[in-house]
Amino acid sequence: MMTLEEVLRQVAGVGEAEVSRWVALRFVRPEGEAGAWVFGEMDVARVRLIVELRDVMEVTEPALPAVLGLLDQLYDLRRRMRRVNEAMEAVLTAEMRAALARHILG
Amino acid sequence: MAEDPYSVLGVARTATAEEIRAAYRKLAKQHHPDLNPGNKAAEERFKKVSAANELLSDAEKRRQYDAGEIDETGAVKAPPPGYREYAEAPHGARYAYEGGGGGGFGGENFEDLFGSMFGERARSGPAAGRDAHYSLHAGFLEAVNGATKRLTLPDGLTLDVKIPAGTATGDVLRLRGRGGPGRQGGPAGDALIEIVVAEHAFFTRDGQNIGLVLPVSVREAVLGGKISVPTPSGVVAMSVKAGADTGTKMRLKGRGVPAHGGKAAGDLIVTLAVHVGEPQAALEAFLRENEGAGAFDARAGMVAP
Repeated sequence: MMTLEEVLRQVAGVGEAEVSRWVALRFVRPEGEAGAWVFGEMDVARVRLIVELRDVMEVTEPALPAVLGLLDQLYDLRRRMRRVNEAMEAVLTAEMRAALARHILG
Repeated sequence: MAEDPYSVLGVARTATAEEIRAAYRKLAKQHHPDLNPGNKAAEERFKKVSAANELLSDAEKRRQYDAGEIDETGAVKAPPPGYREYAEAPHGARYAYEGGGGGGFGGENFEDLFGSMFGERARSGPAAGRDAHYSLHAGFLEAVNGATKRLTLPDGLTLDVKIPAGTATGDVLRLRGRGGPGRQGGPAGDALIEIVVAEHAFFTRDGQNIGLVLPVSVREAVLGGKISVPTPSGVVAMSVKAGADTGTKMRLKGRGVPAHGGKAAGDLIVTLAVHVGEPQAALEAFLRENEGAGAFDARAGMVAP
């Protein structure tokens, strides 16, 4: 858990105004009120991700909502996929898993 | 924590190699230990200045430092975990997609995913609600004799659950229509409540029968007599035959788990355990005066390995 100042110190190439704008746009969602935001590790990783999208992949700010929206949907699906896999691992017998694999793969 | 080498040398991050060299020379001259004999602060400063110069004068190390790959001591820094590691963990749902106009992916609703995974068309029309799963803790005697317990649901509502007599851990009670609401006029799902039965201080359960290790005094064991026995349905009197011993089993018919679901009532299996209790002068004196009384080879059946 860290403050905005600590986030700015940890992530190179980003300023207070930008992070504040990203929070206002809900690209980054720290806890707490404006001025007293508390950032978790995932929030910091997300700030870093946005900086990389902008600086390395040259995603312009107007295009960020679309790119982040697609990434979020992708990760939503991957999390659900993982849970489904875990559920199948826990519930299905080895024969059922093998049959399922055959069905999906071939 | 070590200082930033640029600030140690007092140069900008954009300083040229020449500027760095000049800054180092100036500070090194100023703080050189040989020129400041006995000055600990100057010696420390000189060490830092040298270390900063060593790092920044080496183009490759300087690049690594600028990129955050190594720290000011030259040690390799672990790269910060990528966003993916957080996003794929369960709590990555913090950044669940918000633009979908409600619904979202959270919660337990796998139906949509399975539907799309197996190529099913999205269903329309009436559909039954989802079953809701809960677990409920019951006391040992509540489960044996049956009881009604109140279950508080996550939404704050309560559900009175009738636990039938003879319920055991792992039994699942189904309350029809108490699960998730149905869609478009479909029936509501059921509430499935898994029961977890607590242990009892002295009763144990073996199917329909109940076990009890019952302490008896030496007097009760030797002379026999009527003793009172706790059962799941209250205290009853039981006759102990003279000459009973630790391990003697007695069966109280029908005093176990009550009849339920087509099963006859079980029995209470009482296993006696002789307790000597507090030292008693009279008993001690009697045993001293009567050498044969109570004497036998208690370990006759025990053969050393």
